[in-house]
Amino acid sequence: MATQASAEGTDRAAGTEVRRRDFLNVAAVSFAGIGVVAVTIPLISQMNPPADVLALAEVEVDISKIQTGQAIKTVWRKQPVFIRNLTPQEIQAANAVPLGELRDPETLAGRTKPGKANWLITLGVCTHLGCVPLGVGEGENRGPFGGYFCPCHGSAYDTAARIRTGPAPTNLVVPEYEFVSDTLVRIGAGGTA
Amino acid sequence: MSFAWAKPYEPKSAFGRWIDARLPLPRLVYGAVGGGYPVPRNLNYWWNFGVLAGVFLTIQIVTGIVLAMWYYSSVDGAFNSVEHIMRDVNAGWALRYIHMNGASFFFIVTYIHIFRGIYYGSYKAPRELVWMLGLVIYLLMMATAFMGYVLPWGQMSYWGAQVITGFFSAFPLVGEPLRIWLLGGYAPDQATLTRFFSLHYLLPFVIAGVVILHIWALHIPGSSNPTGVDIKEERDTLPFHPFYTAKDGWFGAAVLLVFALFTYFAPNFLGHPDNYIPANPLATPAEIVPEWYFWPFYAILRAFTVDFILPAKLWGVLAMFASILLLFFLPWLDNSAVRSGSYRPLFKRFFWILVVNLILLGWAGGRAATPVVIAVSQLATAYYFAHFLIILPLISKFERPLPLPDSISTSALHGERSETAPAGITRPSATTATPAE
Ligand code: HEM
Ligand code: FES
Repeated sequence: MATQASAEGTDRAAGTEVRRRDFLNVAAVSFAGIGVVAVTIPLISQMNPPADVLALAEVEVDISKIQTGQAIKTVWRKQPVFIRNLTPQEIQAANAVPLGELRDPETLAGRTKPGKANWLITLGVCTHLGCVPLGVGEGENRGPFGGYFCPCHGSAYDTAARIRTGPAPTNLVVPEYEFVSDTLVRIGAGGTA
Repeated sequence: MSFAWAKPYEPKSAFGRWIDARLPLPRLVYGAVGGGYPVPRNLNYWWNFGVLAGVFLTIQIVTGIVLAMWYYSSVDGAFNSVEHIMRDVNAGWALRYIHMNGASFFFIVTYIHIFRGIYYGSYKAPRELVWMLGLVIYLLMMATAFMGYVLPWGQMSYWGAQVITGFFSAFPLVGEPLRIWLLGGYAPDQATLTRFFSLHYLLPFVIAGVVILHIWALHIPGSSNPTGVDIKEERDTLPFHPFYTAKDGWFGAAVLLVFALFTYFAPNFLGHPDNYIPANPLATPAEIVPEWYFWPFYAILRAFTVDFILPAKLWGVLAMFASILLLFFLPWLDNSAVRSGSYRPLFKRFFWILVVNLILLGWAGGRAATPVVIAVSQLATAYYFAHFLIILPLISKFERPLPLPDSISTSALHGERSETAPAGITRPSATTATPAE
C-alpha cells in the first residue's frame, strides 16, 4: 500500500519493502490517472442536452379548442405529444377492461389527473421502436381497440393509450404535466429536467 | 518479410540510399506490398477483396472530404445542401452518387472478404488477431455508415436515427439516460446531426488506422491460401510485386466497372426513396427500413416478440449485438486443425447453409414485419446462433477431413490429384477453385 510506504520501511521483511522511488512512481501514476479521468468528464458530459434544450423542457398548451372526441398533436422536447378529449363511451370502454388482460396494467384514472379523466395526455412515441402512432387526425386508423395504431409494426393501443396487441412492450408514456387552469396544461412541469 | 528468402530492399540510386538512411519509407513499402513480400503462389480471386476494401475506403474518404466542402450540418440546411450538391455544384451529383454507392460496395466487398475468411478458416492460428481486428473494422464501418445515412436529414435518416438510438433505451435503468446522452436531446435534433457529422468525418480515419494494424498482424505469418497449408519453401511463394499488384490491379478495375454501372445507371437502386423526403419529426414513414447491409441484423432485432424473463425488446437488442460479438470467438469455436473448407466435406456443406440462412435473414430484415416475415426471422436467427455455438464445434469434433497436399507447390503445380485421391476413388481436382466446388 502506498500510504504506509515510509522511506525506511523498517518494519518490513527485507526485499519486500517499498522504496521511496516506488512510492513516487505509484503516486505520480495515480495522480496522472486521476487527471485523465478529470479531463474526460467534460468531454463526456458535453454530449448531454444543453441548457437551451433543457429550457424547452416545459411547454404550455391551450386545450380550450379541443372538442370532446377530438385530439391534437403538439411538441414537447421535440417529441410529439397527443392530447385527447375522451368521449364518455371511450372512458367507459377503458374502464371496462379487466387489468389482468393488460400487458402493462394501468387504469385510466392512474393515467389521467383527478377529476379530468377525459383528458388523456401521452407522448406520441410508440414504445416499440419510436414511430408516431396514427389516430390523432380525423379519419386516421385508430386500430382494433379504438385508441392509437402504430403502422410500423402494428402495435394497437386502446382508448387509454394502453398497449393491447403488437410488439410494443409498454403503454404510451404519460409525461409529467399539470393543469394551470381548466383550459391550460403545462407539460414537463415538475419533470426530470 | 518473415521468410528467409524475402528479397531485401536495395536502393538503386544515390538519392534512394540517402533517403533509406534517414527515413526508410520506401523500404517499408517494398517489404509490405513490393517485391520484398513473398505471398503464396496459389491465391485465388477471393483473396483480392481485402485490397478492394482498401480501394473503397479510399474512395469514401476522398469523395467524403469534397462533399463536406458543400454539406451543411444544420437541421434546416442539411437536406437542401444535399439537393444543392446534386443540382448546382459542379460534378456534385457524381460525387454524391459515388459516395452513396461506394458505401454499399464497401460492404459488398467486405462481406465477401469476411466469408472468404470463414470458408478458408483464415481466422485460425496464427491469424486470430487479424480476424479480430477485421471485426473491429467491421463494427466501425457499421457505425460510420449509420451516421452517414443520417446526414442528409431525410425521412429515413431521421427515423433511422430514432429507431437505432432507441435500441439503447431497451437496457434497464441506464437505457434512457444513455439514449438522451447519445442524441444530446430527447429526440434526434440539431445536437444529434452535428455530432454525427463530426464522428462520420472522424471514423474513416480510425478505420484506416485499424486497417494498418490488421495488415501488420497479417504480415507476421503472411497470407493463408486456398489449401490452408503453411508455406514451406521459396517455391510456394511469389513476390507481391509484380504478381499480386497486377492481379489486384486488373481485378480492381473490373469491380470498379460494375461499381460505375450502379453509380451511373442505377444510382438509387440500393437506396430508399423516402430519404428524398425532408425529415418530419411528427410523421413516421409507413415502414422504417435500414440500408440493405443492416437487414440481417434488423431481422434478428425483430425476431423476438415474446417477453421471457427479460422484455422482448431487450432480447432483440442483445441478440443483435451478440450476433457480431460471437464472431470474436470463432477461432476457438472451430477446433478443426484443418483450415481450408475445401478439405472439410461437412464444414463446406454447413458453410453454404449458413450463407443461405444469412440471405434469408437479409430478406426478412428488408420487409414489412408480417407474421410470415417474423416467423422466417425467428427460424433463421435460431439457426444463425446454432451454427456457431452447436454445429461448428460438433463438426470440428466428428468430421474426417480429406487428405491435405504436402505443400502449396505440389498442389498448385498440379500434383494434387495423385496426392489426395485415396486408392480407387477419384475426385475432381480441387486445386485453386472457387468455394463453389
Ligand atoms: C476496411 C476494411 C478492410 C480492409 C481495407 C481490409 C484489408 C485487408 C487486406 C488488404 C488483406 C490482405 C488481402 C486478403 O487476404 O484479401 C486482409 C486480410 C484479411 N482480412 Fe481484412 N480488411 C478489411 C476488413 C476486414 C474484416 C471486416 C474482416 C473480418 C471480420 C477481415 C478479415 C481478414 C482476414 C481474416 C484476413 C487474412 C486472410 C488470409 O490471409 O487468409 N478484414 N484484409
Ligand atoms: S414502432 Fe410502433 S410498432 Fe414498432
